[in-house]
Amino acid sequence: MCQSCGCDDTELVPVEVHERILAGNERTARHNREHFAAAGVCAINLMGSPGSGKTALLEATARALAGRRRLGALSGDLATDHDARRLQAAGIPAASITTGSACHLDAELVHRALHDFPWRELDLLFVENVGNLVCPAVYDLGQSANVVALSVTEGEDKPLKYPVMFRTADLVLITKLDLARHVEVSLDAIHDALARVMPRPRAIELSARTGAGLDGWLRWLDERLAPARTHA
Amino acid sequence: MHEYAIVQALLDRVEAEARGRGALAVHRLRVRVGELAGLDADLFATAFATFRAGTACAGAALDVERVPARWACPRCRRPIAPGAVLRCADCATPARLEQGDEIVLDTIDLEVP
Repeated sequence: MCQSCGCDDTELVPVEVHERILAGNERTARHNREHFAAAGVCAINLMGSPGSGKTALLEATARALAGRRRLGALSGDLATDHDARRLQAAGIPAASITTGSACHLDAELVHRALHDFPWRELDLLFVENVGNLVCPAVYDLGQSANVVALSVTEGEDKPLKYPVMFRTADLVLITKLDLARHVEVSLDAIHDALARVMPRPRAIELSARTGAGLDGWLRWLDERLAPARTHA
Repeated sequence: MHEYAIVQALLDRVEAEARGRGALAVHRLRVRVGELAGLDADLFATAFATFRAGTACAGAALDVERVPARWACPRCRRPIAPGAVLRCADCATPARLEQGDEIVLDTIDLEVP
């Protein structure tokens, strides 16, 4: 009711909200993060274009760490469970998160997938995001690190074209290094582009196929795992 | 095309606010979208126009303020130009994003009895 004269007119009230629109996702992500921390599990959100070599990287990682670290993976895809099956064949527990038409994973999808997955028994949980250099960057999943796979065949300027994805990366893996000489890519140009979108650029060049550079990636994972191990 | 998912989160948030205050209608929303938020402001507006039908926001206007990205050195405050290496030219400290990654609902104009 109008305050000044008591008539039946309605009032227009400006309500101050000042809240992040994805606050709901961020709450669920915090919840996931607390679970991971309590169980001593290091969760890695692995992102990258379709075909950037995310699954091949995880297969190589699973084989390299077999018997030493307990790995598991949740693979997000619009359709099929091919990635999860490939990772199971590489010897680690893996499940699919089928998103239907959604181009990214969100914290709720990951949370639901955890209910049916033996994640508490792991040292390292990889969340293999939907292949996409845009949407996944916007959603916190509760991970302890973001890793972006960028293959040498994608073009040197990809970081400049997709700055949001690379800005949030803790580590960039420059994959398919064995193909670099065939596509005449300048690795220096990739590193230069990364320095213009990442304040703390960190990148490792590797090939999942030949194993070149894989040791650097495994060392990086080891550094991440050190605090988790003391809880075990 | 996560713009649709973000519009859905926005509609849910506004719906809750309108219901909580017994509003008769929502007239206008003001939203800030940063250049590095990973959200296309035009697609976002289109998604809003499509999905507001049948919700509390059916008759609501959407104002989107675009916030440019601004990087600076956190130590000496020196601004870092867009496209430059993200490291202070004076003290080599990694740059910090001062603004430009926000997706924020600022205000809602509600019609109340």
